Formats: sequence, structure tokens, C-alpha cells
Amino acid sequence: MTALVPTRDDVSRAPGGGQRRRPALPVSVAISVVALAGAGALSLLVGARALPLEAVWDAAHPLHPVVEARLDRTVLGLAVGAALGLAGALMQGLTRNPLADPGILGVNAGATFAMVVGMTAFGLSGMGAFLPLAFLGAAVAAAAVHGIASLGRDGATPMKLAITGAALSAGLASWTTGLLLADRKTMESFRFWQVGTVAGRGTDVLLAGLPFLVLGALLALAGARLLNTLALGDDLARGLGRHTTRDRLVIAVAIVLLAGTATALAGPIAFVGLVVPHVVRALVGPDHRRLLPFSMLGGAVLVVVADTVGRVVLPPSEVQVGIMAAAVGVPVFLALIRRTGRAL
Amino acid sequence: MTVTVDRPATTEPTAQHALDVVRRARRAPLRHHRRLLTGLVLALVGAFAARVLLGDFTVTVPDFVRILGGEQIPGATYIVMESKLPRAVLAVLVGVAFGVGGAIFQTTLRNPLASPDIVGVSLGASAAAISAIALAGWTGWPVSAAAILGALAVALTVRAVAGDHGGFRLVLAGIGLAAAMQSVIQYVFTRVDEYDVQLVLRWLTGSVNGVAWQAIGLLALALAVLLPATAWAARSLRATELGDDAAAGLGVGRGRTDLLMLLGVLLVAVGVAAAGPVAFVAFLSGPIARALNRGRTTLPAAGLVGAVIVLAGDYAGAYAFADLNLPVGVVTGAFGAPFLLWLLARGPLTGHRRRRAA
Repeated sequence: MTALVPTRDDVSRAPGGGQRRRPALPVSVAISVVALAGAGALSLLVGARALPLEAVWDAAHPLHPVVEARLDRTVLGLAVGAALGLAGALMQGLTRNPLADPGILGVNAGATFAMVVGMTAFGLSGMGAFLPLAFLGAAVAAAAVHGIASLGRDGATPMKLAITGAALSAGLASWTTGLLLADRKTMESFRFWQVGTVAGRGTDVLLAGLPFLVLGALLALAGARLLNTLALGDDLARGLGRHTTRDRLVIAVAIVLLAGTATALAGPIAFVGLVVPHVVRALVGPDHRRLLPFSMLGGAVLVVVADTVGRVVLPPSEVQVGIMAAAVGVPVFLALIRRTGRAL
Repeated sequence: MTVTVDRPATTEPTAQHALDVVRRARRAPLRHHRRLLTGLVLALVGAFAARVLLGDFTVTVPDFVRILGGEQIPGATYIVMESKLPRAVLAVLVGVAFGVGGAIFQTTLRNPLASPDIVGVSLGASAAAISAIALAGWTGWPVSAAAILGALAVALTVRAVAGDHGGFRLVLAGIGLAAAMQSVIQYVFTRVDEYDVQLVLRWLTGSVNGVAWQAIGLLALALAVLLPATAWAARSLRATELGDDAAAGLGVGRGRTDLLMLLGVLLVAVGVAAAGPVAFVAFLSGPIARALNRGRTTLPAAGLVGAVIVLAGDYAGAYAFADLNLPVGVVTGAFGAPFLLWLLARGPLTGHRRRRAA
């Protein structure tokens, strides 16, 4: 007789099929922690001007202020990266779609558009106004993309979701440009934000967004089991006593909180949420109870490393995180399409 | 073989009569196509006249003719010759280039979503052109050459990733590359010393504003070569539409299809080099022309539809919103995206009609 309730082994095997040898959990934890610490240290020390290690803890060191400035962007990068990695893993689990990412599915574009509308049409400013706007835009865009892609015979296939997201992003980008043209002052302040950057934002910006990031992360981590059950398919999940609609809603709220806050803090950064969960899945397997926390760590590492490399890769100017993320993410995206092409 | 025609038994259907029926039936689409082209040309002339003569500064037809004749009318001559006329001419040329290029893509790839602006070819051309201008300081025809190289690079990459699968994989790969190209463009903007809004608008969204006559002449020259070549290569388009295997069976080799695609890439690239990647024109023109032509593919009509779209979009952007001069790409993007979403929502059309086994 086969067990009705999936054992841990079944769950970890269900979506991917076929077991591969993976590093043991302590090894994965160690790798992540070392990567995180290394990325943080690099981010503090590397830049237009490389710093000696003493400058970090010696408050009297002449270069200490540089460290403080870099600390802000490092912390912001960690927070935004964690949010994006987590949001990507949640979206991929929720839509059972390997190509899901808040950037590709139009969620970031929705948040951007809502914020620009608030700025230009209603004269709003400050994080207190931007965050709710970003949530609203992200939620509406996510719902619209999913709704439109679900129409038609074959439902929300990965490919229809991606194209719908791209179409919505393109349309919203046009509307955003139109609004910005009417308001040159906003456009100037939007210039770098629009590309996606963690530079030049104060601690207060991060503090305003942090509660929502924490809330989203807690919801997400609590929802890991829900995602595991949903991964078995709707029928089986319902048979196991889950309210699939309610579960989906919980995950969706977490996605909106995470992606919306990340966009409000650092601008629309795509591809982090796409790349990280795939790498992490190879490392710890498809069980969401492990996938989600490791995706958080992975996203944080990726964004901070991307920011650090962007500072030195093409001197004298900086390459923004959003651009670096695309440079890393697009090859992965193309490789995924090649690999999963059959299923699309 | 006889053709049965419903008529009184007294008049026996003759062979001649049957021939007439068949001939009429076969000519009907051609006649409709001719009527359609005439109608589109009239619409284009109307839109062109509106763009040049109307707006904030109206010009009468006699004045316009006198200005063209070289007469100097204070104020009017400058506005017509340096602003309105170049904009309108460029809009027509770019619209034709994008319309025909887009229709070539959609037809040979047999997928309405596989248009150059969606699969990143336009943005590739734009990224190469802006890099050549802003980073290398090039001007004139080398910029067009760079645009062509960029477009070709993206097209070849998409093809390499998608392999033989014309359908979804190609579109997805294109979307990814389009995002990458957008990042390149944005990176170049962060490198230019002064943030030039006009520059950004031209190369990110497309604009026909403020282009020198010289660049327009270059585009016209390129089209004068590319359009006849396309007409020659597209003779067998209807066989190509049936798919590679069927086309090969009808004697149209893969080489012909590749040549046609190359011409499509070139058309889009020279258009982008002049006006930037005007959003969704290439995507919209083909399906609209096809619908107007009762479901048959037509490249000339697609070109004309593209020209009308760009002219109308430019006119709307310039005058529809009070004291706000929107570039044409913003207008076409804002109204083209809903159409794309509608196409997706309609379902069946999104599918490649010929699902190939992987």
C-alpha cells in the first residue's frame, strides 16, 4: 500500500523527478554563509578605490567614511537581493513555471508605473507613499498577467505567462515614459533608479521598507509547506485537505510584498529572481522548506556581488546592479529555454 | 472535371462558362488586394497631408506647394522644411521599413508574436547604434552599419538558441535578449556625460523628431535597394508560409527563406538607425494588413499600414495631449501593448498552428 500523505522524500522528488547527488545540508549552509560573508566583505573593500582591511573597523582611519557609505549600499543590496531571490522562488513554485521572475512577469513594471503615477499625477514623494503604491502596482500587474495568460484553452503556460508579462512591461514602460516626459524633474531623479541600483540611498530608505520585507519573508517561509503541497497538483493538494485558493493567496501576498518593496527601494531589477532559485535547486533540491531560505541567501549574495563587480568592471563609471543582473541572468534564461524547450 | 453551377437546366454549363467562374473566383482576392492597396495609399496620403499641413501651425495647400517650390515664406518655410516635412517623410519611410520587415518575420516564422520588436532585433539594432554614437562618436552611415550588425547578432543568437523551433522557444529567447539589449542601452545612457532626454527617447522608445535630411536620405537610399530585393525574394512567400518542408517540396529551398529573413533584418535595422526602435509597429502592421486582406499575407499592405501607424502615432503624440510632445514610440507602445495582450487573451492565435514534435 502506498502512503497517501507524501513523505519528505516524495515531496523532494516530486517536481524535479529523479534524484541527484546533492551536497549535505551542513555543507550547503557552510557554502552559503561563506559566500555571504565574502560578498559582504568584498562589497565593503572593493570599489573605485580599494580599501585596506583596517579601515573597516578603525573608526579613526582616514578612509573610514568610505566604508560607511559602502555599508549602506551593501546592506540595501543584501535586503533587496534576499527579497528578489525569495520572490522568484515563490513565483516559480506558485506558477510551477521555471521562467517565473518578478521582472519577467511584469510585477516590477507594475510597481514602477504605480510609483510614477503617484509622483507625477498626485505629487507624492517619500518612501511612505511609494511603498503602498508599489504594492498596489505589483498586485494589479501580477493579477493582470496571470488573468490574461489563463485565458484560452491551455491555461497559464510558462510561455504565455512570460509573453504576457513582457507585453505588459512594454506597455507600462511606454506609459511610464509618457508620464515622465510631462515632468522633467521627476525624470532626472528617475534616471538611475529606473535602471535598478542600490547606490546612493540612505539608511532611512531601507528602514522604511524593512518591516514589509520581514513580513513578506515570514509569510513566505511559513508558506513553504503550502508550496510543497501545491507542487503535487491542485487535485492532490485538495485531497490532502488544503484550500488551494487560500494558499495561493497567501503566497501571492508574500510575492507582492517582497517584489514591491524591492522595486520601491532599488528600482526594477530583473533576472535575480530567475537565476537564484535554479542554482539553489541544484544545490539543495526542490523542497521549498530548504529552497526558500537558500534562495534568500543566494539572492543577497548575487545582488551584492553584482553591485561590487559593477563598480570596477568598466571604470571610471559604475555599472548599475540592474544591468549586471541582466548580464548574468540572460544567459541563464537562454540556457533554461534551451533545456526546458520541449515542455513549453 | 465539371463545375456544377446552380442554374436552370435549359442553359447547359459550357466549358467556357466553367472557366469564367473559376477565373473570377481566383481573381477575387487579387482584386480585393488591389482595392485594399488603393485605399491604404489614400489613407497614407491623407495622414501625410494632415501631418504636414495641420497641427499647431497650419499651412495651406497653396503655401505648401510654394514652399516646396523654394519660395521663402517667413516662419512657415522653416517650420515645414525643418520640422514637419522631415518628420512626416521619415515616419513614412520608417513605417514602411518596420511594416514590411515585421511581416517578413511573422510570415516566415509563422508566428504573429515573432516580430522583430518582440524578439529583440529592433533593440539589438538600437543598442549597437547608440553604442556607436555615444561611445565611439560615429555619425552617418557607419551608425547604420552598426545597427545592422547589432540586429544580425541578435537574430542569429535567437536562432541559435531556439534551434529549429520556430514557435514559443524563439519568442521566449527573443524576449530574454530584448531585455539584455535594453540593459545595454541603459548602460550607454549612464555613460554619456550629459543626460540627453531626446537621445534616450530616440534609442529606447523611438522618435521621428529632429532628424536631419541627410539621415532621411540615407534611409530612403537603403529602402530603394532593399524593397525591390524583398519584392523579388518574396515571390515565393506563399510557399514559404507553408513551412520549411512543404516549401522545399514546392521547390522553394531554405536559402530563399534565409534570404528573406536577412532582408527583414536589414529593413528593421536601417529603420532603427534612423528613428530608433519605434515600439510595436513591426508587430502590429502585419496582422492588421492580413486582417484587412481577408486573411491573406500581403507585404505591400503591411508596409503601408506601418507608415499610416507611424504617421498617426506621431501626430497623436505631438498634438493629442496639450503642451506635451510625446515621441511616436511612446504612443505606439502605449496602444500596441493592449493589442498584444488581446492577441494573447484570444488564445488560439498565440499557438503556432503547426506544433512540431521536439
